[in-house]
Amino acid sequence: MSRVDWQQYCSNEFYDELMAAPGMPREAARMLCDVLAGFAPSELAERKTAAEIAIRTMGITFTVYSEGSMIDRAWPFDIVPRIIPADEWRRTEAGLIQRVEALNLFIDDLYHDQKVIKDGVLPAEVLAKSVNFRPQCVGINPPHGVWAHICGSDLVRGDDGTLYVLEDNLRIPSGVSYMLENRNVTKRVLPELFSSGRILPVDDYVPQLYDMLASMSPRHSDDPQVVVLTPGIYNSAYYEHAYLAQQMGVQLVQGSDLMVDDDDVVYMRTVRGLTRVDVIYRRIDDDFLDPEAFREDSILGVPGLMRAWRSGNVALANAPGAGVADDKVVYAFVPELIRYYLDQEPLLANVPSYLCMREEDRRYVLDHLDQLVVKPANESGGYGMLMGPQATREEREAFAERIKADPRNYMAQPMLKLSTTPTLFDGRPEPRHVDLRPFILSGQGSTYVTTGGLTRVALNKGSLVVNSSQGGGSKDTWIVETEMIDTRAAEPGLAETGLAETGED
Amino acid sequence: MPMLSRVAENLYWMARYVERAEDTARLVNVTNHLMLDLPQRQPLMWSAVVDITGGSEDFANLYDQPNDRNVMQFLCADQRNPGSILSALAQARENLRTTRDVVPREVWEATNQLYMAACTQAEAGLGQGRRELFLKEIISGCQMMRGLVEGTLSYGTARTFMVLGRQIERADMTTRILDVRSGNLLSRSSEDMRPFEHLQWMSVLKSLTAYQMYRQHVRLRVRATDVLTFLLQDRNLPRSVTRSLWDASKALMSLPRHERALAAVTQVRADVAEADVGGLVRSPERLHDFINDLQIGLGDLHDAISRTYFTPLETVMQMPAA
Repeated sequence: MSRVDWQQYCSNEFYDELMAAPGMPREAARMLCDVLAGFAPSELAERKTAAEIAIRTMGITFTVYSEGSMIDRAWPFDIVPRIIPADEWRRTEAGLIQRVEALNLFIDDLYHDQKVIKDGVLPAEVLAKSVNFRPQCVGINPPHGVWAHICGSDLVRGDDGTLYVLEDNLRIPSGVSYMLENRNVTKRVLPELFSSGRILPVDDYVPQLYDMLASMSPRHSDDPQVVVLTPGIYNSAYYEHAYLAQQMGVQLVQGSDLMVDDDDVVYMRTVRGLTRVDVIYRRIDDDFLDPEAFREDSILGVPGLMRAWRSGNVALANAPGAGVADDKVVYAFVPELIRYYLDQEPLLANVPSYLCMREEDRRYVLDHLDQLVVKPANESGGYGMLMGPQATREEREAFAERIKADPRNYMAQPMLKLSTTPTLFDGRPEPRHVDLRPFILSGQGSTYVTTGGLTRVALNKGSLVVNSSQGGGSKDTWIVETEMIDTRAAEPGLAETGLAETGED
Repeated sequence: MPMLSRVAENLYWMARYVERAEDTARLVNVTNHLMLDLPQRQPLMWSAVVDITGGSEDFANLYDQPNDRNVMQFLCADQRNPGSILSALAQARENLRTTRDVVPREVWEATNQLYMAACTQAEAGLGQGRRELFLKEIISGCQMMRGLVEGTLSYGTARTFMVLGRQIERADMTTRILDVRSGNLLSRSSEDMRPFEHLQWMSVLKSLTAYQMYRQHVRLRVRATDVLTFLLQDRNLPRSVTRSLWDASKALMSLPRHERALAAVTQVRADVAEADVGGLVRSPERLHDFINDLQIGLGDLHDAISRTYFTPLETVMQMPAA
């Protein structure tokens, strides 16, 4: 084995996050690439082993269901971080804040006057067929008028270097604990790189989350009772639920730990008796939240929780019904919604989308199924999608029938050429596709965005699937302060990519 | 921050299951030794051991013959028997999994390892040659887990509920081990068993690792009345019924709203203190009935704890008007 040789690294037609060209690291990545190239092969292997040991001893796991039992798997992690220059990140951050503000105004409007429909911005049909619109939430005023307190938006970079928003997760986005743990592992493994002070810290998230949750308390006390509500150990994100509860110093509760009395107040059952609960960060889907209001057969939820919420006796994050904006068809309207509610031009780009409910779009989609990704409006985790170029003729024909039967439920996008980033295999960096999930907290009059986010990487060569249960891994994400553009232009080989690096429309 | 009822219940049962695994291993061990020492094999003996663990019905559904091999399998390795050693360890592990954030990580790891090792050994078979080693490893594994809790878990509610579970289970299992001697096990009328009586009591002592302590504190040769008095009423022997219940009482006193449970444990302690040990020794039937009564008393104690701290409905009723 030999040392890392960046001359040998080639990402072909894809935009690479660290390398402008073979042997040419981008400005923000130069220090990292130099350090990695300076390691003897044995030292690089040692760092990798150190990361594996850290993950095992820190107990960072995710849960998969396999052969009838639940298994905790070690978190798949690559030690080479993904790097974004701080100036680009500040623009992205502004775009995310703008986007989430508009989405919250939109949700609040849908549950009140529905001006957006009356004004003809959103077709009534989109709302009529929304499976995540909750009539139970109409007329409710959650604290600060915010519905999606915690949002996880998925960003991808195309081959033009532009960061696109792929989707907004407004229900119960997960992954933030891994973002934080990835940083803890990387600090142990590559400590020499952090001494430069140019890598911005990420550990402000948990205090920000706690402050936001505490600020939602209906009771004005110094010490509101905040809890994290989990579906339990069999949930794939249980590790994260336990992690966040522990880090915030609050109780991790299950539905059976809570009860709503006739006074419409939520209590938790403790060995001292009943204790009032003020704020619930719930990690249970709307459907299972309250068998009185939603699915009667839910044993995960808390009967009467909606009563208590409606009465203003408890705050829920995220608010039930927030998922109405978490719809692939609504997604296509977000740029319009930003213009409508904020009277601003969107700072972040949407992926071009074709709505099958529009006749012209539908015709285009049906004619170009072999080039498009078609998504159902309300599935997450990649379920029910058609990857046109990879599908068989039969699959495409069957899918075409589904689209014709229910056009409102489908939208299509071109296959994106997702960016790559160097990932270690047998001591050699190879390009692998990545996405990025930043988390946005919307509290009382202020919005917080994580510094970077969770970078997920498709570990299988050529694969675009970043889910940890399907061969995906993750890496630390560094937002790095760099000098200004003029020094960058002075770097040979970088000037021609300078344009592509700006992440705006 | 008050502890959630669910978490308290999980920890309580976790400790009970670990104690149950250990004491079942002790119970099987004492029976095993008795069988080796006695002049003739008693055909009823093994089924009596199943009786003592309360598993007769399950056993009858799963096996035809109460022979050595089947009973060993049933008590040690059969996960279809909720009272088997492997079941108890599996349950302890499952309970810990949901409360991992409350208990030091090493405790979880030790439980996990013990369970895995026990599974491997059980798969390899529990013939006469292997059995002793298997049982000893279960006992020392459980001791190690408890040692970790003892040495690493802060004094507080979590530890209190674990102590409660452990002590109640221990009192219960000590009475069950005494029951091994209570007549069902040996044909009561046979005069030819008399010479072996002290041997049997010695086995009981040894199974509770109490033989040396007995010699130090009682300073008499092994006699039925003294052994029974020692195991029921000694204040200092860790596995005596009196000591186990005293530790449970102390744990309860540190908890809020303990009146009902404390009344229940005090009742059982009084029954033990007032026992007519001489009479019990003379009549195996009376000993058996006495042990039955104690177990009912321990059941009441568990109910009182469960209603006060674990069961939601009762908690609602005790809630002062908001």
